[in-house]
Amino acid sequence: MLKDILKLLEKDARSSHKQIATITGLPEKEVAASIRKAEKDQVILKYKAIVNWDKVEDDHVYALIEVKVSPQRDVGFEAIAERIYRFPQARSVYLLSGTFDLLVIVEGKSMQEAANFVSQKLAPVEGVQSTVTHFMLKKYKEDGEIIGSKEELKREPLQP
Amino acid sequence: MKTQKPSGKSQICQTVVDLPPSGIRKFFDLVATMEGAISLGVGEPDYVTPWHIREAAIHSIEKGYTMYSSNSGTPELRGAVSAYLAGRYKVNYDPTAEILITTGVSEGLDLVMRAILNPGDEVIMADPAYVSYPACVCLAGGKAVRVPTRVEDGFELRAENIEPYITKKTRAILLGYPANPTGAMIKRDKLVKIAQLAKRRGLLVISDEIYARLVYGVDEVCFASLPAMQETTVLLGGFSKTYAMTGWRLGYACGNKEIIAAMTKIHQYTMLCAPIMAQKAAVEALKNGEISINEMVEDYNRRRLLMVKGFNNIGLNCFEPRGAFYTFPSIKSTGMTSDQFAEKLLKEEKVVVVPGTAFGPSGEGYIRCCYATSMTEIEEALGRIHHFLKKHA
Repeated sequence: MLKDILKLLEKDARSSHKQIATITGLPEKEVAASIRKAEKDQVILKYKAIVNWDKVEDDHVYALIEVKVSPQRDVGFEAIAERIYRFPQARSVYLLSGTFDLLVIVEGKSMQEAANFVSQKLAPVEGVQSTVTHFMLKKYKEDGEIIGSKEELKREPLQP
Repeated sequence: MKTQKPSGKSQICQTVVDLPPSGIRKFFDLVATMEGAISLGVGEPDYVTPWHIREAAIHSIEKGYTMYSSNSGTPELRGAVSAYLAGRYKVNYDPTAEILITTGVSEGLDLVMRAILNPGDEVIMADPAYVSYPACVCLAGGKAVRVPTRVEDGFELRAENIEPYITKKTRAILLGYPANPTGAMIKRDKLVKIAQLAKRRGLLVISDEIYARLVYGVDEVCFASLPAMQETTVLLGGFSKTYAMTGWRLGYACGNKEIIAAMTKIHQYTMLCAPIMAQKAAVEALKNGEISINEMVEDYNRRRLLMVKGFNNIGLNCFEPRGAFYTFPSIKSTGMTSDQFAEKLLKEEKVVVVPGTAFGPSGEGYIRCCYATSMTEIEEALGRIHHFLKKHA
């Protein structure tokens, strides 16, 4: 049942307890309690909006940074990953298989700001061997949502 | 030059003159002039066809598939339909002789009626029922015999209620479950009774299963899969609702060789073949469409629950539909007729619903509301209907 609630919230985080109760058939109180517990257990980490910043005149620059690191004895990639993900500029950090190790997504107000973060904070971290920075030119789709051009339904309003 | 029609005589044939106009015609005109209306009056999914299916059609056009296909449909699609039906329902149709690809179930319905009916032959169907059922029978020279169904029976057409309507002229029973407009389903044991009745009285069963995959918490039953029924059933199916492909106009008819040959004969003279790019897309739908179906069904189900509960909460008794994407709440408590209710609701609250009477006299006292629309719109519409009910209490 928790899975059903989570699926609904993942689709629309603003679904009301009442709506969820109707759809799942659970009492509203139980829904509220399950959600509170999921928040406490960090099953639900956060509720946020997917924003198309291009539509608001605000400067946002994203960079994807490939990071090669030397794993450390006993802790592998964990310690170095932690040193990186604690920087608030690192919006997402993933460990990948392939030609590099960590993928760090950085958000900044300008290219300069993002570049400064890489050269002054990220690259000098002990154990970081090299970085390759890719600036994001355009977002087409994020978290399953197509950005900018939602397909409009072209239905007739009345059909037998 | 002046052209003159023969004096005093209509140019339109009597059959068409006698055909009743659609019960929702006047609402079309009202809706067309209205801004900000919320429509629960649609009869199709609120999804665009899944991308992988659209992409397959685009690819086929790029590859030059722009010609006629064989009259019966491409061998590839007939094969895919045959495999799908065998895999899902354990019914085996020979793709070379027992399957015809049609331009939607609409064409399949028309073809089967024209193929089987002699003038005056009767076809038994539920009332209320989808608007094309009686019309297609009528246009084929037959007579539609409507058996009233009631909310107490879950709007099921039942064997014991059919039997009194069988005459010497009865040729077939037409079933359409899950049903438009009620959302009703018939369970297997009850369908078996209809099958036995049809067998005993030598009647063909035409089963429109366009909504077969849109069922909630019950098992779908393919009528042709019932014991010994394949030979005397014409199964009509399609892609419109399952894969959100209404505009592609594509369906299929399956039955015994004789009937399919007869239907193909009419089809080759009137339609020639279904559009080839739609057929290419349908092959992709059958091969890789299961994931999208499951997602859509889950999503319909959430909205179904929201709407049924919503109607009951604001005081309109709403039977729980188990299939399709319609609810059929009763508006009897308001004292209005279905037509009055729908028209007033549209004018005063800008909510479009379809009066139950558009689907036959037994639809009086009900309205059809489609939940293939966003949760936000459903809630807004329910709010407006609630306001309307309080105002007219």
